Amino acid sequence: MSDGKEPRIGVYICHCGSNIAGTVDVEEVARWAGEHLPGVVVGRDYKFMCSSLGQELIEKDIHDLDLNRVVVGACSPHLHEATFRGACQRAGLNPFLFDMASLREQVSWVCADRAVATEKAKALIAGSVYRVAQNEPLEPIIVDINPNVLVVGGGVAGIQAALEIADAGYHVYLVDREPSIGGHMAQLDKTFPTLDCSACILTPKMFSAGTHKNITLLTYADVEKVDGFVGNFTAQIRQHARKVDVSLCTGCGVCQEKCPKKVIDDVFEAGLGYRKAVYTPFPQAVPKYPVIDVQNCTYFQKGSCKVCEKFCPTGAIKFDQQDELLTVNVGNVILATGYDLFDSRRIPQYGYGRLANVFTSMEFERLANASGPTNGKVVLRDGVTVPQSVAIVHCVGSRDRNYNSYCSAICCMQSLKFAHLVHERTGARVYNCYIDIRTPAKSYDEFYQRVLEEGTVFVRGKVAEVTDAARVPGEEGKLIVQVEDTLVGHQRRIPVDMVILSAGMEPRAGAKEVGKIFGISCSMDGWFIERHPKLDPVATMTEGIFIAGVCQGPKDIPASVSQGAAAAARVLGLICRGRISLEPVRAQVNQDQCSGCRICNNLCPFNAITFIEERGVTEINPALCQGCGTCVAACPAGAITGTHFSNTQVLAQIDGLLSVMA
Amino acid sequence: MTPTSNGWEPVIVGFSCNWCSYRAADSAGMARIKYAPNVRFIRLMCSGRVDPLFVLKAFADGADAVLISGCHPGDCHYITQNYKTLRRFALLKQTLTALGLEDGRLRLVWASAAEGTILAEEIDNMVADVRKLGPLNWKARTAQRVTAAAG
Repeated sequence: MSDGKEPRIGVYICHCGSNIAGTVDVEEVARWAGEHLPGVVVGRDYKFMCSSLGQELIEKDIHDLDLNRVVVGACSPHLHEATFRGACQRAGLNPFLFDMASLREQVSWVCADRAVATEKAKALIAGSVYRVAQNEPLEPIIVDINPNVLVVGGGVAGIQAALEIADAGYHVYLVDREPSIGGHMAQLDKTFPTLDCSACILTPKMFSAGTHKNITLLTYADVEKVDGFVGNFTAQIRQHARKVDVSLCTGCGVCQEKCPKKVIDDVFEAGLGYRKAVYTPFPQAVPKYPVIDVQNCTYFQKGSCKVCEKFCPTGAIKFDQQDELLTVNVGNVILATGYDLFDSRRIPQYGYGRLANVFTSMEFERLANASGPTNGKVVLRDGVTVPQSVAIVHCVGSRDRNYNSYCSAICCMQSLKFAHLVHERTGARVYNCYIDIRTPAKSYDEFYQRVLEEGTVFVRGKVAEVTDAARVPGEEGKLIVQVEDTLVGHQRRIPVDMVILSAGMEPRAGAKEVGKIFGISCSMDGWFIERHPKLDPVATMTEGIFIAGVCQGPKDIPASVSQGAAAAARVLGLICRGRISLEPVRAQVNQDQCSGCRICNNLCPFNAITFIEERGVTEINPALCQGCGTCVAACPAGAITGTHFSNTQVLAQIDGLLSVMA
Repeated sequence: MTPTSNGWEPVIVGFSCNWCSYRAADSAGMARIKYAPNVRFIRLMCSGRVDPLFVLKAFADGADAVLISGCHPGDCHYITQNYKTLRRFALLKQTLTALGLEDGRLRLVWASAAEGTILAEEIDNMVADVRKLGPLNWKARTAQRVTAAAG
């Protein structure tokens, strides 16, 4: 070993109940390790190594037998490497003088043959024993945590996170690309199951966020670049030019009122209503300052008009305002970027975009909303006719191998809410066409019972088609919903006046690019990947970057709020500690051996590698280095070492793995 | 999965990155998918850490084949490092082919954390291929070549 001492290795094989012992002969592996592997002074097996008794076994042996290296064969190191490193540390042994072999996920759970599994277990243990003999003691790298926090996305999850952190006394930069915070929740009419008015419960939070002394609100802004690492991120944010001087604007709204240019609002009004070229997205917008939509403004497109400037009482309109680039330093980031609605035009047989009275869920929310384009009157596209019959289609674009296989979590409750609202506002006959009714959370099933009692007709079947091609006189002028009623066992053609498509949730169109900016990845469906789907849903694989809300996967408002608060709690935990220890897995250049070939210079995505011109050698910044080891492998002179994954260690592991041959 | 007639089983050394591909192996384990046990994995932080030296050493030490697995391009935990793995792999493959190593003995597989089934399938396919190729026996082959060259 490098310190000149003889290795004294303890090997511990876990039974994991019967998970490992049921297939692998654990006693044999422990005995064999103790007798045959070089440097091993004791080989033990135990039922549950991760238990306190199991760990004490290791600690006792470190003291009594003077162990200087430890190997545990058990489950995946992703589960318990930290546990056993902790045991070593408590016994006074450097935690990096430990190695773990996965005998469960990689052996007992995937191989049924006892002899073959035991052989493979021995090989993996041998690999770990040979490797650990070459391990060096390492000290973690301590970095300070900047207490500022960046929250990206001002929907309900982002707002919750921002408020929790700001209330705790730390500074938050809350960025949203729209002119106002509020997200999709601001577009909704009523929220299930309480039927609270969405704006009524959201706007107080929006107002708090907008006026909080610890929150810097950056709306109509995008994060363009992020550098750094946990505790020390530098973010470049582009504040797009509103063309309005916010220090002069009083939010009076005269500019909007007088603006002669109407534009179809396909963001907030889901295409159902209009806004002006200079606009605030909705009356309760936070901040209240309007923006000029340059693409649609007559002045910017043709050079004439300027009515807004003429009427503005404070002279706040500034046509030559430019984008501003801001740089902020933060310690942690919470991404709460939300979702996009599934585009129902992708299912042509449902007729959306072709048949006038087929509406998407978001369009219906705007229709039903008292501050929407029809002042809350549920009417057909003509703006006048009240429907006498409405069909609500569940699972549009969800639970469908042709589009998205996942369930969008909120559509059943949303469809039931629509059934209730239609009933209440119009007295129309309502048909819900569903696959299953998913009402898992508090008071959700009771809401379903209520809707049942109101007389909604439930048809269990996936809608095949929505058509206007009438076959019989009763269908003339109607939309016909063709659906198999599976509980009765035959096809139905249901003539209705209006169809509402409960469209699913999809990841934001630019989610992958946003992920790349922050160094996190997306799953196959496009949602941000969490560190562990069960046990760690708001953390990501990148330290210091957290996710909350629907960007992590479809969920309802209470779950989004919970995740926003959870992410805030994680961040506050880091801020409270003040410092964080980073794994000392890093690369370092031996500058005596470096020939200055610079092959490694372009390999680092974290800009940790720099060339020192005056001395003609390369150096690596250990704070920026993330320990991937790519430069280590690339160096033709072998001048770069990767701590904890050095050539010596890996080559030793190869020797060990191949020392067990049948 | 049919073993060879004389019971010989290939021994394959696998290099797996710590993030996606190791979690794919874990995922296969959690789903209790039964696949060929011939691959013995070494965990590295990134597939970009795989030095061609490791691959040569594995062959020289008696491995019949080597598997390198990492995150899908675009999904690397270290952003772009798996592209470097890809470049290095291309050159390594050419070199090994020139040295007489059959195609099928060195393989690169991308697997994301959710793709346990895919990783298991790739491993089964690889083991079946290597069974057909037979034992590598690098030392014996090199000795043969040296003798042939000298004689």
